[in-house]
Amino acid sequence: MKVGEGLGDKLMSPGEAVGRLVKDGDLVALGGFTVSRNPMLLVREIIRQGIKDLHLAVHSQGQALDLLVGAGCVSRLELAYAGTGRFAPTAIRFRRAVEQGQLQVEDYSNQHMSLRFLAGALGLPFMPCRSGLGSDVLNKQGFDPGLRGQGHIPPHKAIVSQNPFSREEDPVVLLPALTPDVTLLHAQYVGDDGTVRIKGLTFLDLEQARAASRVIVSCEEIVPAAHLRADPDQNSLPPFLVDAVVHAPYGAHPTACPYFYDYDPRHLSLYRQQAQSDQAFGEYLRQWVMDLPGQEAYLAQVGIEDIMRIKANSVLGYAPGLDRR
Amino acid sequence: MSERYTDKEMMALAAGRLVKDGDVLFAGTGLSMLAATVARRVHAPRAVVFFETGGIDPSLEELPLAVADPRVMVGTAMNSGLIDAFSLLAHRRLNTIAFLGAAQIDPYGNINSTCLGDYHHPKVRFPGCGGACDAASLAAGVILFMQHDRRRFVEKVDYVSSVGWLTGGDSRRRAGLKRGGPIAVVTNLGVLRFDDESKRMYLAEHYPGVTPQEVAEHTGFALDIGRGQEAAPPSQRELDTLRQEVDPDRLILGPPPA
Repeated sequence: MKVGEGLGDKLMSPGEAVGRLVKDGDLVALGGFTVSRNPMLLVREIIRQGIKDLHLAVHSQGQALDLLVGAGCVSRLELAYAGTGRFAPTAIRFRRAVEQGQLQVEDYSNQHMSLRFLAGALGLPFMPCRSGLGSDVLNKQGFDPGLRGQGHIPPHKAIVSQNPFSREEDPVVLLPALTPDVTLLHAQYVGDDGTVRIKGLTFLDLEQARAASRVIVSCEEIVPAAHLRADPDQNSLPPFLVDAVVHAPYGAHPTACPYFYDYDPRHLSLYRQQAQSDQAFGEYLRQWVMDLPGQEAYLAQVGIEDIMRIKANSVLGYAPGLDRR
Repeated sequence: MSERYTDKEMMALAAGRLVKDGDVLFAGTGLSMLAATVARRVHAPRAVVFFETGGIDPSLEELPLAVADPRVMVGTAMNSGLIDAFSLLAHRRLNTIAFLGAAQIDPYGNINSTCLGDYHHPKVRFPGCGGACDAASLAAGVILFMQHDRRRFVEKVDYVSSVGWLTGGDSRRRAGLKRGGPIAVVTNLGVLRFDDESKRMYLAEHYPGVTPQEVAEHTGFALDIGRGQEAAPPSQRELDTLRQEVDPDRLILGPPPA
């Protein structure tokens, strides 16, 4: 039996997965975190298919968010943070889009977004917390008030309420649940039954997947399910939560995929340069997204030298001594 | 004559000195990583570092450049995710100290990492509060990093991304935050602290070669400099640890002293 055959209809090409499961106007959650495990291959496919008017919901996202925003696929964004650490302390196309008023943005904190996805996963309408009391994250609304209660936008950004279990004054923040239409993740392993195994930190990927109506997982390797089920403590998501599996070696490049490859400092620096101007960014999109039919062509363009440079040490999970200047 | 050192080296060491042995440190990237790592190696070996991404007590053999860097996932006590990290941040048994930086700060340690100008039509957009808002709300204490500049130390920040002492006095408690608040602001000129009663910022230490007047001139609001003491210069051990063990490639420290 060929590896992946057991997945049946769930095993899809990037084009099939995105074409069938991502629609114009969808509320989309992106997994990963700043420079790690961004679902880059899936995002490039969304851009190639010209999907528009997306409503993105993320905690701290970097490269995938910036590429989607820069390509004009996003109309509304709920986020805590947009950047890639030292490579782009503020995600560059995101910054430009916000400063030019091209994007409706609502700011939350990382804990807020975490609890909102967790509420969605648990089937709860809201979740309480104390983070942000007294701050403008709660005092200021980003979305046009006229949009509140429409589409995927809850009627209130957040509500500060009295803790019903306390006799003393005790304000708590109530946050509306998030239930994405589709969550996009990149994992290291998927079993040929659909079991997902994420190595390293899982960030918020599991809650984002559990909260979603549809889940697309791209992965470095599809492996026999028996291998994953022999050590189930290591597994992250059960097969029945996964709607599509895309075999995507280096599918998170230029962000890292622990134990497979590090982030690519040269590509992230190249991106930083090209993202500065509309013209150069257009060239980046043409060269690295539109004109490349598939992952093989993309990787050929990255080149064997950089592929080898970022190859992770299989014990440490990153590329020791990688030149990151 | 003692060895020369850079502003960044002094900042990392001044912040590191604020760490107590046994503290549980919520670290970001950049200087906070250096401060936490140097403190562990010099005087606080039982201090532990964790990241909002879920990496708990990593070995940090190589310096991470982001909190999601694979280097925060190695040699850890455990790897987890955001929900787990936030349950440590707010844990009532732990003295969690968070290191945060920002674009603007006001006299009460409220910080802005969201935008300059009007929120709806910003002149400059920054990344957003990320986990800083959570750390500022929930940790047992916060140490802030700032470049000392009149445009950054302002009477009123354009957007309160993460709360400090709000409007001073007991306003933070009254807003519903049970603990925490900023302990100190570490800048390239000195260390500022907050008055026990009013919660307004004052100069606690100015670095060797910096006068209290210079600190006041670089601050965009009235700053009490009467309590300022000169900080001890870096010791040889501190400098050696920082340069040889913590950031040998100077990824965060930048150029060496001229």
